[in-house]
Amino acid sequence: MYGKGLRPLAIAAAITTIAALGLIFFFAPNDADQGFVQKIFYLHVPMALVAMAGFVAGGVMAIAHLRTGKRSWDMRSYVSIHLSIILGLGVLVTGAIWAKASWGKWWVWDEPMLVSFLIVFLLYCCYQPLRFSIEDPERQARYASVFAITAAAFVPLNFAAVRAAQAFIHPEVLSTTGGNMPGDMRITFLVSLVAMGLLFVTLWKLELTSKHTSEQLRRLRGKLERANERAAEEAPAAESGAHAGRVPVAAGSS
Amino acid sequence: MTRTALVILRKDLAIEVRTRESVPAMTLFTVTVFVLFHFGLDRDTLEGELAAGVLWVTLLLAAILGVNRLFVSEREQGGMVGLLLAPIDRTAVFVAKAAALLLYLLLVQAVAIPAYAILLLGPDLFGALPELLAVLALADVGLAVVGALVAALAVETRARDLIVPLLLLPLVVPVLIAAASATEPLFVGAQDADGLGGWLAILALYDAVFVFLAVAVFDFLLED
Repeated sequence: MYGKGLRPLAIAAAITTIAALGLIFFFAPNDADQGFVQKIFYLHVPMALVAMAGFVAGGVMAIAHLRTGKRSWDMRSYVSIHLSIILGLGVLVTGAIWAKASWGKWWVWDEPMLVSFLIVFLLYCCYQPLRFSIEDPERQARYASVFAITAAAFVPLNFAAVRAAQAFIHPEVLSTTGGNMPGDMRITFLVSLVAMGLLFVTLWKLELTSKHTSEQLRRLRGKLERANERAAEEAPAAESGAHAGRVPVAAGSS
Repeated sequence: MTRTALVILRKDLAIEVRTRESVPAMTLFTVTVFVLFHFGLDRDTLEGELAAGVLWVTLLLAAILGVNRLFVSEREQGGMVGLLLAPIDRTAVFVAKAAALLLYLLLVQAVAIPAYAILLLGPDLFGALPELLAVLALADVGLAVVGALVAALAVETRARDLIVPLLLLPLVVPVLIAAASATEPLFVGAQDADGLGGWLAILALYDAVFVFLAVAVFDFLLED
């Protein structure tokens, strides 16, 4: 049931990603004062927006988990956060490259988006250590959900605080990430955003499908093992090899 | 619920009074860190943003010690089972723990702030005391609420004392931003606390969001 629709989704993601790359390199004009390097913007900003959305979606799915008690919601929340952490690393790296190219420094503290993203990223880096240092699986899911909800609520709060600190020092914060873009840039940006979003959803679905499949496989193997044990007990030792119920199990499968 | 919370709070305070674990350790820690900052920065007195930053970072780090110990008596002596078996509202446990942490923080600061004024702070403290107390009160409520939540999140993990600082410190960055920014003009000598209201509003917003959130999710941490 998880694999349903994965193929069209993957094809759509591939097509939009290729289209976005084509638009970035051949269609979007070079920025007037930053030149070619400004094009990292089409990678950096969609990644940041999708990662943020993934963090918040992880929180919403965690609420669904705590409300319904269904473990599958916790799994969705976990995969969403885990992918967002990977994207978040990409955001910080591309952000640093962009900062180096346009401001001459690898890191600047007066860009509230980037700074608050770093804090959120540091917080979410704690998700997996917290989750996997709890042994009981049911409790693990519950605690991870509480963390996901807390952290998702923290995201806007943290941004407001960092923004307030900036606004106090620099009354007008330059909007490098959006605002009034010319049409060609806007189209390229929107296509890149859709491509990144589709890529995220595809990977999310893929990982869920794979987790679900291996879970199912483990269950079936356990069943098979038990059936074999039963069959071995029932069948007399003399003809155990040719018994009809005997199904070979791959070595090391348990 | 209030009565239950008061009973648990009284139990925690009784333990603290008899064992003297958290508050003396936190206080000693803050004074030691002030000494470290004196040598680390090689300054005899601090003022302005440096003074505000040193004070608040020290207080936040000291809070980690308190958060780490918050559920220890429950965990090590089986009190958790008793709490969970008791037919009480889980929120009462949270309220009691947050209140205990708030009291610890206030006690620590009652010593740490005068010590800071004597050891490191350049400008006179007394003129700015009412404003500073307002900032401390709001920041402490936020710290206590988030600290109690983090303590409950980390108590069942294997590496509890590693998880607590890693989880707590990013979560209290907004407190640090607002408190340090609000304190900075108080530590420059001149008595014009511009922008104080805005920072207090941010602290109050932070407190409100996390009180609401913690009350909503705390039940799930003590379910079994």
